[in-house]
Amino acid sequence: MNLTLKIWRQSNAQAKGKMVDYKVTEISEHMSFLEMMDVLNEQLINKGEEPVAFDHDCREGICGMCSMFINGEAHGPDRGVTTCQLHMRMFKDGDTITIEPFRAKAFPVIKDLVVDRSSFDRIQHAGGYISVNTSGNTQDANAIPISKHAADEAMDAATCIGCGACVASCKNASAMLFVGAKVSQYALLPQGKVEAIDRVQNMVAQMDLEGFGNCTNTGACEVECPKGISLENIARMNREFLSANIKG
Amino acid sequence: MSVLDSKVPKGPLKTKWTDYKNHIDLVNPANKRNIDVIVVGTGLAGGSAAATLAELGYNVKTFCYQDSPRRAHSIAAQGGINAAKNYQGDGDSTYRLFYDTVKGGDYRSREANVYRLAEVSANIIDQCVAQGVPFARDYGGLLDNRSFGGVLVSRTFYAKGQTGQQLLLGAYSAMNRQIARGKITPFNRHEMLDVVKVNGKARGIIARNLVTGEIERHSAHAVVIASGGYGNVYFLSTNAMGSNATAAWKIHKKGAYFANPCYTQIHPTCIPRSGDYQSKLTLMSESLRNDGRIWVPKNMEDVMAIREGKKKPTDLSEDERDYYLERRYPAFGNLVPRDVASRAAKERCDAGYGVNATGEAVYLDFASAIQRYGVEQAKIHNIENASKDKIYELGAAIVKAKYGNLFQMYEKIVDQDPYKTPMMIYPAVHYTMGGVWVDYNLMTTVEGLYCIGEANFSDHGANRLGASALMQGLADGYFVLPYTIGDYLSHEIRTGKIATDTPEFDEAEKSVNDQINFFINNKGSHSVDYYHKKLGKIMWDKCGMSRNAEGLKEAMAEIKALREDFYKNVSVPGTATELNAELEKAGRVADFLELGELFAKDALAREESCGGHFREESVELDGEQEGEAKRNDVDFAFVSAWEYKGEPGDAVLHKEELEFNEIELKQRSYK
Ligand SMILES: Cc1cc2nc3c(=O)[nH]c(=O)nc-3n(C[C@H](O)[C@H](O)[C@H](O)COP(=O)(O)OP(=O)(O)OC[C@H]3O[C@@H](n4cnc5c(N)ncnc54)[C@H](O)[C@@H]3O)c2cc1C
Ligand code: SF4
Ligand code: FES
Repeated sequence: MNLTLKIWRQSNAQAKGKMVDYKVTEISEHMSFLEMMDVLNEQLINKGEEPVAFDHDCREGICGMCSMFINGEAHGPDRGVTTCQLHMRMFKDGDTITIEPFRAKAFPVIKDLVVDRSSFDRIQHAGGYISVNTSGNTQDANAIPISKHAADEAMDAATCIGCGACVASCKNASAMLFVGAKVSQYALLPQGKVEAIDRVQNMVAQMDLEGFGNCTNTGACEVECPKGISLENIARMNREFLSANIKG
Repeated sequence: MSVLDSKVPKGPLKTKWTDYKNHIDLVNPANKRNIDVIVVGTGLAGGSAAATLAELGYNVKTFCYQDSPRRAHSIAAQGGINAAKNYQGDGDSTYRLFYDTVKGGDYRSREANVYRLAEVSANIIDQCVAQGVPFARDYGGLLDNRSFGGVLVSRTFYAKGQTGQQLLLGAYSAMNRQIARGKITPFNRHEMLDVVKVNGKARGIIARNLVTGEIERHSAHAVVIASGGYGNVYFLSTNAMGSNATAAWKIHKKGAYFANPCYTQIHPTCIPRSGDYQSKLTLMSESLRNDGRIWVPKNMEDVMAIREGKKKPTDLSEDERDYYLERRYPAFGNLVPRDVASRAAKERCDAGYGVNATGEAVYLDFASAIQRYGVEQAKIHNIENASKDKIYELGAAIVKAKYGNLFQMYEKIVDQDPYKTPMMIYPAVHYTMGGVWVDYNLMTTVEGLYCIGEANFSDHGANRLGASALMQGLADGYFVLPYTIGDYLSHEIRTGKIATDTPEFDEAEKSVNDQINFFINNKGSHSVDYYHKKLGKIMWDKCGMSRNAEGLKEAMAEIKALREDFYKNVSVPGTATELNAELEKAGRVADFLELGELFAKDALAREESCGGHFREESVELDGEQEGEAKRNDVDFAFVSAWEYKGEPGDAVLHKEELEFNEIELKQRSYK
């Protein structure tokens, strides 16, 4: 198929960006979206122009690097997929596709479609861990049985890939789904209970400091999350936070 | 030819590590505060090492090319991690894990290292559970296990199909704790481009800030390389797009020997390629072989009909199918080791039985498993005379619970529903057993320079068993290196801060800048990918699943010629002082173009078949094992460690003879 692409180009963090039009031809429906971008870039390089910068690595939906806002949706029109898992069969010959970076105050653009998500890392530094030493001997792994239900729920929360689609989809640029998922994983497990109060308070404080917006329960994040992280995680975090403030 | 000293301590195998640990020199906590360690790579190996070294009190700097340590390629590991816990009571033990690993590696690994790995494996699970890693559990609340290829016990721990992700997030959380304490300084979006040696010792690195292009100097008392494998030398592999050999190759050029480069693992169950634009291949976890049966049609007419779309695989009756692994290897069936399964698929496809348009695909079928689970569930739920549909529904639900995310991944890529029609799979490059040579302490041939995880050559011999890479990465990082590095650093307590304004740093920085400037100014006519794809094709055709002397000689000459052309005609757009993905790729491909040649040279020198290395000249000619790979223990029971001499083709071979005291060398048989 032949397509028109409207892509955000911005040469660095300080520069003013703009949308630029490109044409690509002979795109196969079996290609992934990023393979289509590879075709465009190869074309640009061969013409002596600068290729479009975008983040990607695993190309199988797990590392969380890829981050494009496609036709007004984080990770594009398909559900439950990251940008790298989006396939061209979702589009038709002659389509015009707009491609922008994930936008949020806490995710400044570095270049073209590449944004700086280090704010997510700093939230994790504030409490996204259990304080156990890694070098010593701990107790046997089966010493504390954990119900299958709790383990499965913790696992569901832990599947968050830290891509930031939730933030990019939220009109307030809130990071509640991301933070809620991490807080929930630990809140659901006995190992995480010991530091629960400090954890939720510190992570939420850092989130606010980074300039993420407030949650107004629109649910847009859950819709665009490629890993199906549910809003329940936000509710659980709110409960944790309230009870921490009472206890703490 | 010199003899390499592996520094394996004396004493009985079973107590070697404990005895050795008890006698290693320790660094007192006050002194650790004055010692700096650089860790390049934040995957399972680097992440766990960095967290532990920081916790012990050293000042750690970590480097990774992604925007966060959490995105290292370990994140993509699906199936699981082995540990000799014997929770299932099926006869597992440290010894059995040790034995399986040595045998699976086709007797080309170092006994002492493998035993230590098996010994610390149980600790890893304890550690990860304490960190909050949500491993799968059974209804009684205890940890669940599955089986992987090449073994007859159930010792693999898993977190759905995302085990690597959960383990890496565990290591990342341990790093975060140390970052918060100020003991780790993370340098993300940074790429190490050279190591700096002072008086023969590793004293720092040169790194490029990938956002600003700035070239930085970082000094330390020891440098740890944990940069992952080099599977992308084939262009197409299951590795991440950025996975590269640069850190490992640059230290090789500075004196670290490179061991067994030709030992590559071609994984049997990957999604077949669909076209020339393909940028990477996707693995379907080996755990699927627990329940999936592999087959091709028995009759050529059916193959043709399927390719032409006139027949569907589900139209074929049991008699019309060739479950070739079950036929050839009745004892292990679909669970033979990876190298055996991959070659068997290639054999059928070369014979013309491949089931897709390219002729390079076989089926992985879940119909029997769905049926079996369905009947079992009907019994459990007391459903009498369950209908066919009900049984299918119950069975599919179990398969979904076990492999749901893998099935979904497959469907998203191929646009076919694997619950209804068998998956199509084909082998793809997946893992590199070869890597930087290290001694028992995980130190390379350069003093103070260590190498851990997939980047080193240790533990897996000529073939790695499933779920053992995660085990090795975490064993190296959490439980081995933090001890063994102390032995070296205990002599560094009086060294003081290492200066970076020295001639050694000047020189290393200059060579890095020279290469970058060359690329930017070259203005050639071909993109970096053009060369990478060409290299990949040579590697796959001539250094792939089966190799012969003639092809390997051609490969060496072709790669050398391609490298020369690359340095004349490569084109890198943009500038050096900004984020420039093409420039990053150019440096990585330049190193692959050298490594590829050494790879072919190593494969040529190893005139035997062992593990993932299959030489057409070395097969069994008769008897029960006819046609199977033939190892040659008399002449080749050694590790090939190559010393760099200016050109990859001129590398000099050093042999580490392998001694087997515990295990008797046998021809592997999975029949
Ligand atoms: C799809 C897939 C599935 C797998 N499944 C399993 C499984 O189920 N079980 C199992 O045991 N194994 C599995 N493996 C293998 C296993 O995942 C890897 O061998 C292992 O994770 C490697 O870990 P590592 O820490 O050595 O390196 P990696 O995780 O690859 O990390 C490399 C690190 O080095 C950094 N780096 C690289 N070069 C540079 C440089 N020049 N400068 C700075 N930083 C650099 C990267 O940024 C990254 O942080 C799988 C592999 C793949 C590809
Ligand atoms: S919650 Fe979902 S959308 Fe948000 S970072 Fe995690 S995976 Fe991405
Ligand atoms: S590139 Fe890793 S999730 Fe898309």
